[in-house]
Amino acid sequence: MISIRNVNKTFGKQQVLFDVSADFEPGRINLIIGQSGQGKSVLAKSMVGLHEVDSGQILFNQRDFTTMDKSERSKIRGEIGMLFQGSALFDSMTVEENIKFPLSMFTKMTKKELQVRVDFCLDRVNLNGRNALYPSECSGGMQKRVGIARAIAMNPKYLFCDEPNSGLDPKTAIVIDSLIKDITYEYGITTIVITHDMNSVMEIGDKVIFIHQGKKWWEGDRHSIITTENAEVEAFVFASEFMKEIRTSIKTQTP
Amino acid sequence: MFMDEVQFIGINSIPIVALMSTFMGAVISLQTASNMDSPLLPAYTVGYITQSSIILEFSPTIISLILAGKVGSNIASEIGTMRITEQIDALEIMGINSINHLMLPKILASIIYFPILIIFSMFLGMFGGFLALVISDLQTTETYILGLRSWFDPYNIFYALTKTVAFGFIIVSISSFYGYYVQGGSLDVGKASTKAVVISSVVILIANFVITKLMLL
Repeated sequence: MISIRNVNKTFGKQQVLFDVSADFEPGRINLIIGQSGQGKSVLAKSMVGLHEVDSGQILFNQRDFTTMDKSERSKIRGEIGMLFQGSALFDSMTVEENIKFPLSMFTKMTKKELQVRVDFCLDRVNLNGRNALYPSECSGGMQKRVGIARAIAMNPKYLFCDEPNSGLDPKTAIVIDSLIKDITYEYGITTIVITHDMNSVMEIGDKVIFIHQGKKWWEGDRHSIITTENAEVEAFVFASEFMKEIRTSIKTQTP
Repeated sequence: MFMDEVQFIGINSIPIVALMSTFMGAVISLQTASNMDSPLLPAYTVGYITQSSIILEFSPTIISLILAGKVGSNIASEIGTMRITEQIDALEIMGINSINHLMLPKILASIIYFPILIIFSMFLGMFGGFLALVISDLQTTETYILGLRSWFDPYNIFYALTKTVAFGFIIVSISSFYGYYVQGGSLDVGKASTKAVVISSVVILIANFVITKLMLL
């Protein structure tokens, strides 16, 4: 479980996060949503230590990440997998080498064990036999899947996904969402997904946190987000005319 | 990682170093010969001046400045691209010290391989001088080689290689720094790359002066 308590973050004179607190439970997909530039990615990057918070606590199973020294942080990071917005695959390495990389750095697996693990991870994301491709030879969807395979290679307890569907067509986006869902439920991982894709919210949002102006504005799930009366959430979720029509039809059908 | 960097920093630089050294050696010897119109100066002075110019200044400093352009811009843009595409963040998330992981093999490769490149450059520079003089019929092989061997001081090689190690460190560390701390997009990577080359070159010139003052005077 990951808990954040009263997290504040400032860049220069601009405060980006204001007293954000939330709990992210294991075996569930926790979505952080909100408009661009509201602090979602900063929050996620602060949680994994890519940004230092100004104040507040980030607790990984009650262990406060903000007060840890380098070696303790390294241990926690060994339990974290992250899928980046642009996949962040090492472009000088093949798909296989990308997945092997964290394993060869942090485990004492033999060559054979490494190969078995790599093949398992690739199989898990339906990319069998694509070991020798370079990231530049992969499509956007494939790169995301390799990113997921690399993120789960070390059997993480926590999985962070930063806009996993950005730049993908709706069909591929659903494939990525399904993969994240399957992996989370199968391994009981605490998954945190940063997104502004409403399809993802509806597909996989076990818990949804809405960030607005750097504050936690609303918290609920994929069902309650449809019926919420919160004006900012409503404006975000039902931004398009099409969604507004859906909203109206839901309201008229609900007794 | 280390061998990749040796390939990237060292072996891939051989063609440009070879080309530059051969032609510059040829030009140095021709220019020296064209200015030697006093009958009081022995003919082998051309070989001696070519040897001194190449060992003391051309190979260690000018080749390092060229490598600052080639290797430095490459390093800054490679690391800068890794930064803006979040590859460095990915390393950090994995618990890897990204500065160590990215820079240490490059610094080691440059410190070990730059002197090898410079020795290679010295040989080719003197060979270029030989080709120019002998082909142009300005000197005989024996006279040129006599000049190369005249007043040869092995300390000059030590001085040149010491400079080279310092310059290698300067090029890689400055370029890595500018690449690592890039913020923004591809335009900023280009700017960082240019800045890395300019700053490396200026620091090389200053370091050249300081090391020469300390070691030769």
